[in-house]
This record gives sequence, C-alpha cells and structure tokens, in this order.
Amino acid sequence: MTAPTPRVFVPGDAASASVGADEVAAAFAGAGAQVVRNGSRGMLWLEPLVEVETDAGRVGYANVTPDDVAEVLSGDATDIGIVDEHPWLTSQRRVSFARVGVVDPASITDYEAHGGWAGLRRALSLSPAEVVQEVTDSGLRGRGGAGFPAGIKWKTVLEAPSDLKFVACNFDEGDSGTFADRMVVEGDPFTLIEGMTITAHAVGASEGYVYVRSEYPHAVAALRRAVDAAYTHGYLGQDVLGSGLAFDLHVRVGAGAYICGEESSMLESLEGRRGEVRAKPPIPALKGLWGRPTAVNNVLTLCAVPMILADGGAAYAELGTGRSRGTQVFQLAGNVKQGGIVELPFGVSLRELVEKYGGGTLSGRPLRAAQVGGPLGAYVPESGFDVPMDYEALAESGAMLGHGGIVVFDETVDMARMARFAMEFCSIESCGKCTPCRVGSTRGVETIDRIIAGQDVAANLVLLDDLCDTLTKGSLCAMGGLTPMPVQSAIKHFPEDFESAATERSGAPV
Amino acid sequence: MTSAPTHDRATLVRAIASQHLAERGPLMPVLHEVIEEIGHVAREDVETIADVLNLSVAEVHGVVSFYHDFRTEPATAHRLALCRGEACQSVGAEALYADTRSRAGSLGDDVEVAEVFCLGNCALGPSGTVDGRLHGRLSVARIDALTEGWR
Repeated sequence: MTAPTPRVFVPGDAASASVGADEVAAAFAGAGAQVVRNGSRGMLWLEPLVEVETDAGRVGYANVTPDDVAEVLSGDATDIGIVDEHPWLTSQRRVSFARVGVVDPASITDYEAHGGWAGLRRALSLSPAEVVQEVTDSGLRGRGGAGFPAGIKWKTVLEAPSDLKFVACNFDEGDSGTFADRMVVEGDPFTLIEGMTITAHAVGASEGYVYVRSEYPHAVAALRRAVDAAYTHGYLGQDVLGSGLAFDLHVRVGAGAYICGEESSMLESLEGRRGEVRAKPPIPALKGLWGRPTAVNNVLTLCAVPMILADGGAAYAELGTGRSRGTQVFQLAGNVKQGGIVELPFGVSLRELVEKYGGGTLSGRPLRAAQVGGPLGAYVPESGFDVPMDYEALAESGAMLGHGGIVVFDETVDMARMARFAMEFCSIESCGKCTPCRVGSTRGVETIDRIIAGQDVAANLVLLDDLCDTLTKGSLCAMGGLTPMPVQSAIKHFPEDFESAATERSGAPV
Repeated sequence: MTSAPTHDRATLVRAIASQHLAERGPLMPVLHEVIEEIGHVAREDVETIADVLNLSVAEVHGVVSFYHDFRTEPATAHRLALCRGEACQSVGAEALYADTRSRAGSLGDDVEVAEVFCLGNCALGPSGTVDGRLHGRLSVARIDALTEGWR
C-alpha cells in the first residue's frame, strides 16, 4: 500500500503566477500530488506559497520553485508553520477576504461549505426594502474611492420607477497599488456573484454587468467559470433558488482605458461607446445603463454584502470607527518588504500598516513617503504616517483613502518626478471631454518640466498652483479633479525636491 | 493571426458581429473578438461592423480609436509591456522601461516594447507582460532570460 497522495495548494492567481506558481503546480502534479489552485493568502512576498494538507492543518512553504517539490513532499523542506496560524493573518480581521486563499475558487460546493450563499438565502427571505435597510444599518460605504453610503444609493434605485433596472459592478481596478478586487475575484469569485444577486433583489434589477479591465485575464477566466457554475446550480437565472427572482449576470471586458474606472465612463463603455464621462446629474442610480436606474458599486463593496446579510448589518457596523464602519481591505505595494492584503477595521494607522505589516522598505533604505489611494491620491510624508486610516481622518489631513492602496517609497524617490508623472498620467488617460483635464494636464507637465529645469522656479510654482486650482474646480470628474492631489501634496511636503531641482539635476527631463 | 484575404476577412468579421447582435451594447465584445481572431481592427472591418450593428462608421471608429487595446495595425511577432505605474516606479520601473526600449531592437527582429499603467501586481514589481503572460520582479537579466527565444 502506498501513502495517500497529499492535497497540495498552489495559488493560481495572477500575482503568484507572475513569480512561477504555474510551473510549481505542474511539478507537484507531475510528482503525483493532488493539486488545488487556490487564491493567494495575500502574503505576496512569500509567493509561490505552497500549502500541504496535514492532520494538524495546512503547512506552508514559502517561495517554492519546481526544484523544491521533492523536498516539500518528503517533508524535508523548511516550512513556515500552519498558514492559518501565521501572525500576519491572525492579527487581521478578514471579512471580505475570509475565504480567499482558503477555498478552491473553482468549486461551488467548497464555497457553500465555507459559508457561501448564507447571505443570499437570508436576503431572499426578506423584502427588498428590508435588505436595503440591513445595508444602510451596516454603514457600508462605497469602497471604490468615493465612500458614498451604499444603502442610500440602493434606496434611490429601489424607489426609482422603472420596468428595467441594472446592477453594474465596477471591476476596472486601474489604480496603481491596488489589487484587492483582482485577488478577491480570482480567489473567491462566488462572493461577488452572491453580492450582486443580493443587490439585484434589493433594488429590483433583472440584469447585472461586471466590467473587468482587460489587464486582468486571470480574473476574467475565474469569474466566467464561476458565473457558469452559478447558473448550473440555480444561483443565477430566471428563478434564483426558486424564489422567483430573475437575474442574469454578464461579464464584460474593458479595453485598456484607465478612465473607465470612473463610473459614468464605465457605463458609456458598457453601452459600447467611447469611455467619456457623463455630466451629473442625472445620477446613475436614476439614469444609468441605457438610461435606466442602475446600482453601480465597486467589487469590494459588493463583496462585503453577503456577510452583512448573513450576519446582519449591526455586526458589520460594530467594526470600524466614526462614520467609517466595517473593515477596509488595505493593499501594501511598491517598495515594501512584505507586500500584500491587510484587511482590518477602519482606524488602523498608516504607520502600523507600513511598518508592522509591511516591515518597512524592500530596499532596506529609510522610508520617505507613501502614496495612499492610487494615482490620484496624496503623497504622505513619513512624518505623517500616524494618521488613522478612515475616510474622515484622511480627508482632514489632505489625503484620501481611495481604494485602499498604499504605495511605499524609500528615500531615493524624487518627488518632483512623481508630481510630473501624475500630470503625465492624466494627460495620457484623460478622456478628453473637459478642457481643464485634457489641456491642463499637458500644461502641468510642461510647467513641472520648467521647474525641474530650474527656470523661474518660484513663478512657475505659483502658476502650477493656479493650474491645479483650475483642474480641481473645473473638471467634470475625479480624474482631472484629483490629479492636483498628488502634485500639490508632493510640493507641500517635499518642497526641497522642487526648489533644489535645478542645482541637483543634470540634463533634460526624461 | 495571419491576414486573411479581404473577402474572407469581411465574412469572418460579419459573422463575429452577427453573433453579438442580441446583446445589449455589443460593440466592445465584437471588437475584442475581432482582435482575438484576426489580430487587429482594419479600416474595412470598421465599416463591416458598423453595417451589421447599425451604427455609423464614425461611431465605431470613435470607439476603436479611444481604447488602447484595439490596435489598427498587425501586431509584432513579440510584445513586451512594462508597467510604469507608481508602485512599479518605486522599485525602479522607469529605468527598466527606458533601458528596455532603448534596446528593443536587440531583443529580437520584430519586437514591440510598450508601456502599461498597472497590471495589478503592485507588491511584486517591476511587473510586465511577455507575449501576454504576466511576470513580476522583472530586471534587465530577467527580461533577457524571458526573451531568449526571440533572438
């Protein structure tokens, strides 16, 4: 008799694959192991993080290569202990990410075995207004960046008279430093489907669209596979779980335009047009897709919904601080030693995230700044890292939470170059509809180039400030409206990088 | 991915577009499928798609020209896309991108080195795709190794 073949978990998400997990999985399969392609646990510096199932739990092996496979299977390789007991994970409060890395994302039965569909079942036993009330009570706010209360948005859609309504999921996660949407969908796609189906019931929608960016082929594949399985098992379709709810879900793919993460651009793109922003009002809740009432929510917002319905809005509202209720999925990125997913109640400090969880810089050099909330977010200097991470405290300090991404920079960062890049990015990705954004961003690049070259620095800084003011006040959407945030925060906190530009740099701007 | 004769091409594009007619907002899915099947969206394809979907040529052209993904020329034999997002910049992406572009010709005969803004791999940068496949922790040496078969 031979020993039973162990179950081995090798993450199949895009990040793990980018550092060799596919080759590792193939090597385990070749050695006779039973391989499950789970999602990543979010400890990305350990990837490929292989877990071997034992009686005591799943034992982890970090940074595995195909050459290590034999030693891992024989038990001779050095392990990191039981993964579920890893302090980086046990100190977190995983709600939206509870199943990510644990379950097999391809298995709808595994999803149910880990608590899946409990929220949907409860929601279907409630009236739409009662579901909206639960979400309102939970205090859930839009996780895409704007932080608008989800319950109020849903109530607006529910009360809008129309024979046709939609749910639209914004999965155009284009902000540098953010990857939580991708990881939750690649690791636990049924949660998003469940969240959207609950939303459909709550607002009276019969069709849903997920708009996924084309840079995420792994996520598109995982989601489409999950949608097919959900139809097969009666969680989607003309009579969801025999409740009478009819809900069809479509997965649509973007085409490489950052602006389509702006909700009205996304709606235009879904309708088959150029991703140009719409003027508001009307708001999408009243006139969204094809002119109909549409609940537009981010992936993380929708993925919080199943737990809120399963455990009740009050349980979710117990977490967090002030008007920021529940948990936030923080993403540690950039020049950081231990990058990945940290889900915690709102209120944790930026310093704790970067230093305790992140372990400081990858380069080992001193920290200098972190950009919080994506390319349109502020650069926070190391001296400001004690700010609590919640919507209001960040806004008060001149920053924003955005989608929860944190990009860490060491002392070598040149903040004048980063400010220039913010303007350059805006000039490349602007949809072109409004003048402040379209023209202002190009003028911004030119003005910063003159500052970097040392030409009339003081006068050009005044001009740049004036230009930023025009973008902030005159742009149609957050793209032009928030591009000044990284620029002005860089100037405010790191003036030396602008004033010394001419003397310390040589040659023309890159 | 080879160029089909014009007649066959029009037939294929017409068939693709027709398959999506029942969907709401079919243009983006149609363009994606044309790219996948034929490699690029040619001028005559725009006219065919407009005809099938009952859109104006200007509307279809406007969409094709708006999105980075809808290329209007045949793709190169190999493609390297390097991330220039802030997270990758914090670990040296700008220098890597500049270096790789400057030596694109030495990587192979028919190679495109493109920029991309975020691949969602921000804790394992610098990131990039090599013929569509995502790679993290890229360096000059790693790029040399990954493109070895191109030369």
